[in-house]
Amino acid sequence: MSASRRSPVIVEHLRKQQMWDALSKGKRLDGRDFDDQRPLEIELDVIKKANGSARVKLGHSEVIAGVKVSTGEPFEGLENKGALIVSAEVLPIASPHAEPGPPDEEVVELARVVDRGVRESEMIDLEQLVLVPGKVVYTVFVDCSIVNTDGNLFDATSYAVVAALLSAKLPVLRMEGEKVVDTGETRDMPITTIPVSITAARIGDHVLIDQGPEEEACMDARITITTNEEGFCAIQKGFTGSFTVEQLKKAAQSARVKGEEVRARLQELTAR
Amino acid sequence: MTQTRNLIDENGKRTDGRTADELREVKITVGTIRNADGSAFIEFGKNKIVAAVYGPREVHPKHMAQPDRCVLRCRYHMSPFSTDTRKNPAPSRREVEISKVMREALEPALILEDYPRAAIDVYVEVLQSDGGSRCAGITAASVALADAGINMRDLVSACAAGKVDEQIVLDINDTEDKEGGADMPVAYMPRLEQVTLLQLDGKLSQEQFNECIDKAISGCKIVYEIQKQALMQKYFGNETELKEEAAVQ
Repeated sequence: MSASRRSPVIVEHLRKQQMWDALSKGKRLDGRDFDDQRPLEIELDVIKKANGSARVKLGHSEVIAGVKVSTGEPFEGLENKGALIVSAEVLPIASPHAEPGPPDEEVVELARVVDRGVRESEMIDLEQLVLVPGKVVYTVFVDCSIVNTDGNLFDATSYAVVAALLSAKLPVLRMEGEKVVDTGETRDMPITTIPVSITAARIGDHVLIDQGPEEEACMDARITITTNEEGFCAIQKGFTGSFTVEQLKKAAQSARVKGEEVRARLQELTAR
Repeated sequence: MTQTRNLIDENGKRTDGRTADELREVKITVGTIRNADGSAFIEFGKNKIVAAVYGPREVHPKHMAQPDRCVLRCRYHMSPFSTDTRKNPAPSRREVEISKVMREALEPALILEDYPRAAIDVYVEVLQSDGGSRCAGITAASVALADAGINMRDLVSACAAGKVDEQIVLDINDTEDKEGGADMPVAYMPRLEQVTLLQLDGKLSQEQFNECIDKAISGCKIVYEIQKQALMQKYFGNETELKEEAAVQ
């Protein structure tokens, strides 16, 4: 059952006042503009045992994503498509508030929103990942370990997943009778597009992108918007507040502009 | 999502015979669960969903209580017989997420500061599912909260819009959800003009996005009238019946 909860990060009243004063002047406490993202670092192939991997740092939020490819049965209703599964875990090392155990609703939401961005944009041509139609398909797992939390895990995780998939090498498999045989060769993931998520937070009447931990503790509502080269692919409003339609349309606009910048970074990095 | 067949015919009619701007039939009955403090049964197309509210009541476990406000708890659950293939009754990841977004969609409407140290539990049970069950669930839950007499800023009305055959249509049904191009569920407080839930699955251009959100909100406004009517029906009776009675006397 989903229950209302408080942010584990405590922000003092004086600090909150400072934040609101700064916001009313169009500035943020760390000096950023409303449409500025924190420094983004992306490193590829950090885990050699994975078929593809990436480490992303957004501010001090840090996520490692690993791609593992195996084979299995296709999902029901998607017999002619490979299976793609995105998971996420906030490791107990990630913050004093993180605990070991099964994922809570926030982490379930995180993984599902990231998964939705990759799936709905059709980033990977899953139809190319079929060995025996209806019976044997490639199964692509993208597992994310969040190793440090510093606000806006949605975008950090999403970039890690996309970067890991862009860098992944798919083992070339062959059917010999009933058996799946690894040929030892690899090929690129069949990539069709690069989805990029941009998350914005509303604090009072201000909407700002890439909220840091203090902003996250003070925000009224959150929106994650995933775009590709052509338009929107997935959206998720989160948190307990609401938005006006104008705020949403404006956030959508900046998600496209900012998304384009991040997409260029990813493209350059992976030469895709 | 890539579409494989046409879902709108040459006359502009959809798979269930509706036009692009037409809502499915919506029927809300208030107070169907005797034991609950508030309840509502909604039929939204083929969806049959019951929402029940218990509270404000004591919080168990006690450590969950908040000193300055009420805790809102929400459960969205699908009965095993509600779907084509039996649904495992254990909560799925999808249900965990919907429970969360549903709670977050309802919370802005509730004046939780009025009930410190208490809990309000909202249970939404999908008895028969069709496309748009989260929207129907939120709509019913909001009526059930009003029926329970909880202090509210507004009702929350929910409706989806989406893309079918490159056209933006109101209130996506099951087939359109599975085979169509995009699905955008929206929850809205019509009096306060605030969006409390927004999700999107599928591809939309900038223009389609704007059209889609505007269309979904127009749907929410229709749902709002039906919600108010249902509450009026329970508390003041049917207007035409009242008039007829008055005429007889």
